[in-house]
Amino acid sequence: MSRYLLKKARILGGEATDIYLEDGRIFAIGSDLAVADAIAPEVEVIDATGLIALPGLVDLHTHLREPGREDAETVDTGTQAAALGGFTAVHAMANTDPVADTAGVVEQVWRLGREAGHCDVFPVGAVTVGLKGEQLAELGAMADSAARVRVFSDDGKCVADPVLMRRALEYVKAFDGVVAQHAQEPRLTEDAQMNEGELSGRLGLRGWPAVAEEAIIARDCLLAAHVGSRLHVCHLSTAGSVEIVRWAKSKGWNVTAEACPHHLLLTDELAATYDPIYKVNPPLRTAADVEAVRAGLADGTIDIVATDHAPHPHEDKDCEWQAAAFGMLGLETALSIVQATMVDTGALTWADVAERMSYAPARIGRLEDHGRPLAEGEPANVVLYDPAVTRTVEASEMASLSRNTPYAGMELPGRVVATFLRGRPTVLDGKLA
Amino acid sequence: MKKHLLSAGDLTRDDAELVLATAAEMRALADRPIKKLPALRGRTVVNMFFEDSTRTRMSFEAAAKRLSADVINFAAKGSSLSKGESLKDTALTLEAMGADAVVVRHWASGAPHNLANAGWSTSSVVNAGDGTHEHPTQALLDAFTMTRHLGDLDGRRIAIVGDVLHSRVARSNALLLQTLGAEVTLVAPPTLFPLGVETWGVQTSYDLDAVLPKADAVMMLRVQRERMNASYFPSVREYSRRYGLDARRMGALQDHTIVMHPGPMIRGMEITADVADSERSVIVEQVTNGVAVRMAVLYLLLGGSEPAVSTSSTNEGDEENNA
Amino acid sequence: MPPTQPALPDEASAPGSSEGRTVLDARDISRALSRISHEILERNKGSQDLVLLGIPSRGVHLAQRVAAKMSEVEGAEVPVGSLDITMYRDDLRMRPARTLSPTEIPAGGIDDKVVVLVDDVLYSGRTIRSALDALNDIGRPRAVQLAVLVDRGHRELPIRADFVGKNLPTSTAEKVAVRLGEYDGEDAVTIR
Repeated sequence: MSRYLLKKARILGGEATDIYLEDGRIFAIGSDLAVADAIAPEVEVIDATGLIALPGLVDLHTHLREPGREDAETVDTGTQAAALGGFTAVHAMANTDPVADTAGVVEQVWRLGREAGHCDVFPVGAVTVGLKGEQLAELGAMADSAARVRVFSDDGKCVADPVLMRRALEYVKAFDGVVAQHAQEPRLTEDAQMNEGELSGRLGLRGWPAVAEEAIIARDCLLAAHVGSRLHVCHLSTAGSVEIVRWAKSKGWNVTAEACPHHLLLTDELAATYDPIYKVNPPLRTAADVEAVRAGLADGTIDIVATDHAPHPHEDKDCEWQAAAFGMLGLETALSIVQATMVDTGALTWADVAERMSYAPARIGRLEDHGRPLAEGEPANVVLYDPAVTRTVEASEMASLSRNTPYAGMELPGRVVATFLRGRPTVLDGKLA
Repeated sequence: MKKHLLSAGDLTRDDAELVLATAAEMRALADRPIKKLPALRGRTVVNMFFEDSTRTRMSFEAAAKRLSADVINFAAKGSSLSKGESLKDTALTLEAMGADAVVVRHWASGAPHNLANAGWSTSSVVNAGDGTHEHPTQALLDAFTMTRHLGDLDGRRIAIVGDVLHSRVARSNALLLQTLGAEVTLVAPPTLFPLGVETWGVQTSYDLDAVLPKADAVMMLRVQRERMNASYFPSVREYSRRYGLDARRMGALQDHTIVMHPGPMIRGMEITADVADSERSVIVEQVTNGVAVRMAVLYLLLGGSEPAVSTSSTNEGDEENNA
Repeated sequence: MPPTQPALPDEASAPGSSEGRTVLDARDISRALSRISHEILERNKGSQDLVLLGIPSRGVHLAQRVAAKMSEVEGAEVPVGSLDITMYRDDLRMRPARTLSPTEIPAGGIDDKVVVLVDDVLYSGRTIRSALDALNDIGRPRAVQLAVLVDRGHRELPIRADFVGKNLPTSTAEKVAVRLGEYDGEDAVTIR
């Protein structure tokens, strides 16, 4: 059995204290904890001086690509990346091949996660069969399966049909599920390549207008209110979307929303390079949108940060912009981006970060053993994070099978030093344990 | 000049004027018995066309051959739907053949930028039209044609009419003509303007009849067939009535005003046959000038150890001791 | 003896520079051009079938001056034009792409004419070699003759001038600058 004593860690950035992990739980918290001589040889002591202790991070939006695109990522490599990023749980999106639209596929993904052991994998079930937007998938069967699916999403595609969306919102109430909508009005975004604005016009790239996102979010908020369901908005990216969600929340409607790290930092100006590393869906938006998304995350309008980690093999990015795949890596850089954009700017405290990246996503996903406070008796899902160092991102050093990080060569603050999943280290000294 | 010609915006006013002046010399070649110059002997120009365009390809081919360059034509089948031959692999192949310049036409906006910047190739890249982005040599030949009829373009009013949204010709012309001091007015139905066109530094108008009397040159853009059923405008007939150039509208033009079209034309749609064939029309001349302008571009990029420097300090007058 | 290129252009004196020793002043230049004009007429027994082509930049102005003097004597216009040799140079690849100068062939063309090439300084002979190539692409003259204001020696090709304003012995380290009113605001030939 593993026993760890984390010395002088700063829980949520507070005063230094010791944390003792035993038997998969946080056994004790206090200053100058001492262990009995009898068990001392079995206790590994980690000097956590200067490190911040956070609850294990939970990602509500990860693409692990398995089954089907094992050339881009596998559950094993994707969860390694997650662990290195401080995550102890990830939700694996359904747009695999075959699509995770049956109990069989979600159980397979769930099992692969258990075998890999780097972090817990909670499969997301598809809302519609084959993500085709035509007929509901067997949501109940997925909910009842060993994978216990609670989050349903056609992510990558929008559930555009308003009737189908209404039915999905209603149906998942039976097992306390949530529909996570990829808000993209399909007709307004045919062949869309980048944010529609001044730059798309100049670059001759088909625009992805903000209204295509906002119209769906507004519709879905109204639908969720109408049928009394909860709605989760994936990767919200525009100032208008923030306004709509803020309005829906002011009405007391059960709406939650996520923002991705790249939408907190990067802007559409990067498309001027025509380097498809910056091609993502929803697209990078304007600086004003970035400001609004940050403000929304700060004031709680946006509940969580989710990575939308989207690995793609080299050949799908080393080509013309229009031919390239949408998406960028996110797991291994998320916490650093949040530190740079939200914590170092004074917009969030580390306690807020714990809320946005652990407690809230776990609540939305209805996870019981994740997103728990760092307190005695709680599951020992802990991240030790050094906010004082800076690092230069090297794509080649990532655990992900893919290399499509937009941050390569960038200097980012902070580094995950250790991650514990139920008391067992998945990362130590910044390396996979 | 920069090593690559990717955008009309890459050209300073000095660069653009150098290209036009050089093109004027190249143009004179058309009247000589031997239409060939030795300047690019031993250089290899690759025409890499990922999109059909016989006219542009032939124009570049003629330009390169008249400068004595070796020409390799590469035509790849493929579209945004069927990915086809990868740009990268093609570039690597041609690089291995020792291309000095790659003239690239591609369905994807930005493909020439990828070619120039991705490290696949060390050649000079000339954008021969990329997606709905730019077509800088077309803008240069348009400007060249205008200067031959109108003289200096400073303060001249140029109207560009039609599908601005999807037109690489409009984008490149808007950039270049402004660099040369002209006043550009883009005319289109509101559906065929890109978002943010007001930041391009040009005038815009929905009303062709209001613009025509003041214009010194009117450039009609092609409206592609696939736009016709995509609700950009109700019908071909309505489009022609509101934005087509016909004999009646031609009557509103000033005496010196020229009519241009980058081709290929759809007669009866954006321009009527009698206008296209009228005295004002310089459409055929545009084709002749296209070869001269492309010769100028290829010469200025490849004619020396590096691209030409467009300042007066390098005037040949320095070199009497080398006589 | 230096390698194939005498005095790289970058090292040449700037055209506007008035440094150095004046070897020909305005009156000397005028006299030299008058003499050349007469010699050309004498050699060709009049201006019949003559075409003067100046080599840009200063050769063009010299050709125009010579043609004017000849016209005065003959009482008839002598056709004069310019011949740009840039793209025929053998050292094109040694520098950034060079700006072209105009080639203007008089209306009658050069076929079966006697073309007199006019340049300011004859040095290596490479410019004239290029000019002969350029001429070849334009037509077939009956004969080609060469007039230069200054011959400074150091030929690298078997080329000689038919008409010389002044033979100027120089070392290869020296730089000869021809300055003309049309171009430089004054007439002078300097050496330094």
